[in-house]
Amino acid sequence: MGIELQYLLPIITISFFVVTAIVFDALLQNKIFSFVWSIIGLIVVIGTASYTFVIPSLELMNLSKEGLITKNMVFFGGYASFFDIVFAGAGLMTILASRVYIKREYKELNEYYSLILITVSGMMLIGHSNNLLILFIGIEIMSISFYVLAGYFRNSIKSIEASLKYFLLGSFATGFLVYGIALLYGATGSLDLNIITSNLIAGKFNHIYFLLGSGLILIGLSFKVAAFPFHQWAPDVYQGSPTVASGFMSSAGKAAAMIAFIIVFKHILPAVNNPVLIKDTHLIQNIIAVLAACTMLLGNFTALAQTNVKRMLAYSSVAHAGYLLIGIASNNSTGWTGVLFYSVAYILMQLGAFIVLSVIERNEQSNLELSDFAGLSRSHPILAALMAVFMLSLAGIPPFAGFFGKYYLFVSAVKADYVWLTIVAVISSIISMYYYIGIILQMYFKDPRSVALEADYGLARIPLFIAVAGLVIFGVFPSLLADVAYYFF
Amino acid sequence: MTLEYIPLVFMLVFGFGIATVFMYLSEILGAKRSTKEKNTTYESGMTPFKTARDRFSVKFYLVAMLFLVFDIEIVFMYPWAVQFKQLGSTGFIAMMLFIVLLLSGYIYVIKKGALKWD
Repeated sequence: MGIELQYLLPIITISFFVVTAIVFDALLQNKIFSFVWSIIGLIVVIGTASYTFVIPSLELMNLSKEGLITKNMVFFGGYASFFDIVFAGAGLMTILASRVYIKREYKELNEYYSLILITVSGMMLIGHSNNLLILFIGIEIMSISFYVLAGYFRNSIKSIEASLKYFLLGSFATGFLVYGIALLYGATGSLDLNIITSNLIAGKFNHIYFLLGSGLILIGLSFKVAAFPFHQWAPDVYQGSPTVASGFMSSAGKAAAMIAFIIVFKHILPAVNNPVLIKDTHLIQNIIAVLAACTMLLGNFTALAQTNVKRMLAYSSVAHAGYLLIGIASNNSTGWTGVLFYSVAYILMQLGAFIVLSVIERNEQSNLELSDFAGLSRSHPILAALMAVFMLSLAGIPPFAGFFGKYYLFVSAVKADYVWLTIVAVISSIISMYYYIGIILQMYFKDPRSVALEADYGLARIPLFIAVAGLVIFGVFPSLLADVAYYFF
Repeated sequence: MTLEYIPLVFMLVFGFGIATVFMYLSEILGAKRSTKEKNTTYESGMTPFKTARDRFSVKFYLVAMLFLVFDIEIVFMYPWAVQFKQLGSTGFIAMMLFIVLLLSGYIYVIKKGALKWD
């Protein structure tokens, strides 16, 4: 029992800090305390997660599956601990960047930090789930806090629109997810993912309900990552929400939904020689592959036409959901490693780009047009250089981590005989160069506008530094991350 | 496998059938004596004085939502109290955790003034 509690430490600590942060929010008027408290909380969570990461895996083997407090519903160690660290880190970066931005644009800081902490706890629960119910609870904790974060500027009509749109469509998509989980339970007789896998391999499942359930889960999760037919909410929501919050939503939120994708589809698409199952597996994989291809092409083509940088990044985030889905479609360990690597790189570059936007944004979403970036390199050389790094990494130019993420994903697709998907991915990647490089052209080769932009960094310097350092380190030494990730699956 | 569901289909068909038949039978066979009292919205209640499609204070929603939370709490606590001895220390710790979480939410609600009417 003792060793189980040690493995549960990250979940226990984040829950403790979430609850105390809410109580402090109510009791204390001064928000500097909840700011410091949430930062301490996330650092403690990173510490405990690193501890569970380095406990020898022998202990995990000896952990008997019977008589656990968590009844085998929670997954310990491995990729779960890794993503605890990633999500807590993303939350930390967001909180550090938010303080100056929210204070300037909105002046009220009420429950902002607690909301970020709650979101992180939901994401961590998704990573730890070994049971479809825990997965569902994690997704809902995350999504509901996102609905509130999207409408955080409650005096701005755009923010309210974003929140309402996200809430209505999100709860509708959740219905699909729950119905899919119910049908999967009906088809295989269990909610425990390992038992589902063993029942599938043994052939003890209802064919039609299995296909229906997997399809509905696919729809629900595709909505959460904003993949092709279910992506329409993404641009409006990401544009209307507070900039730092939409950076957090579109990066860490997407990564968390991709973990849910890996966890579910790794277990319901096992590699076995059962002829019925193989046919189903190929069908589902092909559907995901087509979704991935459409998502990439549509996201990138629509992003070409945007003149607002925030909206452009929203469409590019749709395209990146497509790249990440390649790893799910290929359904092998290279693919999952690729998703893991690319999630980390994507969080760093997308969150970084949104933080740069939040630094120059003034008066509710002005200064975000493409023409506002003209000549930024002359007025703010450091900011322009940072933005250029994030754009190059998003486009997948070699010295940065985005390149290796795409590389692993494309290799996994080739290994799984999806050569056509790789070709589509490369083509859409080339299309995306146009608008990413377009921003760099504006910043470096255009004359600055008459009134120079102000830049107000505050504590945002720290997350920007972390993002650039991470992108360069993982870009130059990708094996640091890839070798760790390789042992998870 | 599908045969198991046939009773369910029967129940649905008969349920709908009986409800529809009774409704229309009372419409056809029943006496129709209309009085002024019968035509009001609430025959034995207050007479409505305004349209119902009106905006009212968000506080009503808050109170309704908080009522739901504490109502659900009771639903969890009854079975726990009945099975207290069998559930043992695990059940006790779990319920204490649940109450502490609920209490922190309650403190938040009180301090934010959600229950203050003015």
